[in-house]
Amino acid sequence: MKFTQAIKMAFSSILSNKMRSFLTMLGVIIGVTAVITLIALGQGSTQRVSSQIESLGTNLIIINITGGRNRSVTQEDLERIKSMPGVSEIAPVLSGGVTVKAGNKNTNTSLEATTPGYQEVRNTHVQLGRFLLQNDLDMRFRVAVIGVDVADELFGRRDVVGEKISINGVEFSIVGILEEKGSSIAGSDDNRVIIPLTTGQRLLRNTEVRTFYLSTQSPDVVNQVVAEIQRFLTRKFNDENSFRVFNQTQLLSTINEATTTLTMMLSGIAGISLLVGGIGIMNIMLVSVTERTREIGIRKAIGAKRRDILIQFLIESAVLSGLGGVLGIMLGFVGVSFLSRILNIPAAISAEVVLLATGFSVGVGVIFGLYPASKAASLNPIDALRYE
Amino acid sequence: MIRLENLSKIYKMGDNKVVALNNISLSINKGEFVAIMGPSGSGKSTLMNIIGCLDVATEGKYYLDGRDITSYNQNQLAEVRNKKFGFVFQGFNLLPKLTALENVELPLIYAGVGAKKRREEAIRTLEMMGLKERIHHRPSELSGGQQQRVAIARALVNHPSVILADEPTGNLDSKSGMEIMQIFKELHSRGNTIILITHDINVARYARRLITIRDGQIVSDEEVEMQ
Ligand SMILES: Nc1ncnc2c1ncn2[C@@H]1O[C@H](COP(=O)(O)OP(=O)(O)OP(=O)(O)O)[C@@H](O)[C@H]1O
Ligand SMILES: [Mg+2]
Repeated sequence: MKFTQAIKMAFSSILSNKMRSFLTMLGVIIGVTAVITLIALGQGSTQRVSSQIESLGTNLIIINITGGRNRSVTQEDLERIKSMPGVSEIAPVLSGGVTVKAGNKNTNTSLEATTPGYQEVRNTHVQLGRFLLQNDLDMRFRVAVIGVDVADELFGRRDVVGEKISINGVEFSIVGILEEKGSSIAGSDDNRVIIPLTTGQRLLRNTEVRTFYLSTQSPDVVNQVVAEIQRFLTRKFNDENSFRVFNQTQLLSTINEATTTLTMMLSGIAGISLLVGGIGIMNIMLVSVTERTREIGIRKAIGAKRRDILIQFLIESAVLSGLGGVLGIMLGFVGVSFLSRILNIPAAISAEVVLLATGFSVGVGVIFGLYPASKAASLNPIDALRYE
Repeated sequence: MIRLENLSKIYKMGDNKVVALNNISLSINKGEFVAIMGPSGSGKSTLMNIIGCLDVATEGKYYLDGRDITSYNQNQLAEVRNKKFGFVFQGFNLLPKLTALENVELPLIYAGVGAKKRREEAIRTLEMMGLKERIHHRPSELSGGQQQRVAIARALVNHPSVILADEPTGNLDSKSGMEIMQIFKELHSRGNTIILITHDINVARYARRLITIRDGQIVSDEEVEMQ
């Protein structure tokens, strides 16, 4: 018997009992919809988090000094670190929360006091005006570069270079507006104010810098530089617990791992419902084989071989399940576009996922159809014909 | 063409044995029209099922066209059924969800005949049975006599060597029954080999040879005089 003939036969059999076929498929439909939706949302959120982290620069290293008072990094140390092979730039950062005021409006924002190197290290550029200059630090100028959120909040517009603001009561003039970055897991990157390190030390009444951002010449040398710095600081402090050195790649892989695990777990649960769907198909196929015993007998009497019957029922359950898969995929598209809108996660169904889901559902049909089909195929023609 | 030697069929049901066929020897040649009669439970259907390769004997030999098919496996038997035999049953045994045409096409599907040829052959055979107007009807939309004619068309479509009919008129009124027998007579006159089981002596008279079975044994085997 030809394959196309068998497929035609399967379709007409499925269509001859639409309601039952639909109910049988329901398990697979739900399973595939769940798998597709969860994978798409999982991939979407992973992608967003990684692109946010990547936008910070994959060649970024962060040094945090966590030890007590006497654990401070001197200018000399900074020079040492900066001269290490592979290191491109280093920017000390002093940060804190401040209140910024302009006219009668005020807002709370985060302040970072740093050096011109910050621009390169954090991949942060101005869209208007200029960034900090060495001169600003040397002269302790009260100048500020602000994020767009701060500008929007205080002025309701963005072309505010030259305007004055007061930070914790001290007057600063705005010299630059940062490029818009969007929000990240760490909060909005656009809601911040950057001032010269020296000015900041005075403003925040804190001279001890505990955070250093460092960029390497290429992402490839990051691990090597991290190790070098760790060695250097361990020797200096004689204690490896008083500082932390980490990079974006580590953070990225940690977050990727976490979201992947979560996606896998959710997909696993969805996969179980696919399995349950398969069992439902097996159940109905068994019923169908019993109901159609006489049909099987007739077919055998007129020359159907074992294989013909086996293939007929296998294709029927594969088509049943595959059709459920296709409906599930379509429902998945609807579900993803709906959920991604209300959860605000950029999610897209990839071609691989569609292929995988189709293949999987057809596979489920074949596997769970195997037992009923072989039961049908091994029926004795005489007994089958006699069956009432 | 068909030769049975000391054929027996024994059903074991727990401790008791039912001897359905007891040491039957029989030869049927090409072109014969044989009627088998006998009381209920005498083993007629059992014999026919073994001849038609739907069932296998417990003992004895079965030669079909000179070949011993006693040792054939299920697949080989399926092929023999498809190529050599056409079955007509008392209860018609059409597939209810298929049209007359699709029912008649089935043996050709299993024989691997292409779609176009299949359709032509099936339509031709149905026309021969006088069902030209009914080819797209389902069995439930046909009378008993028409259904049996579809079944005969299905039995014939693959040009089998032998047509086996187990009480083909059993479910029909006498008029439709006689129509069906007229068809068998016609087929026989065209050279078909026919083996027919019946309870009705008027039906048996259409045949040329009458075999009577009792308790699984042949008790008489005689020629039937022409009507
Ligand atoms: N599958 C079976 N298991 C056990 N016994 C069986 C089986 N099939 C048939 N028999 C027995 O074999 C004997 C012959 O049965 P068969 O069906 O050949 O009779 P028959 O001559 O066709 O009768 P009828 O005229 O009523 O159709 C009967 O006694 C029947 O009970
Ligand atoms: Mg019988």
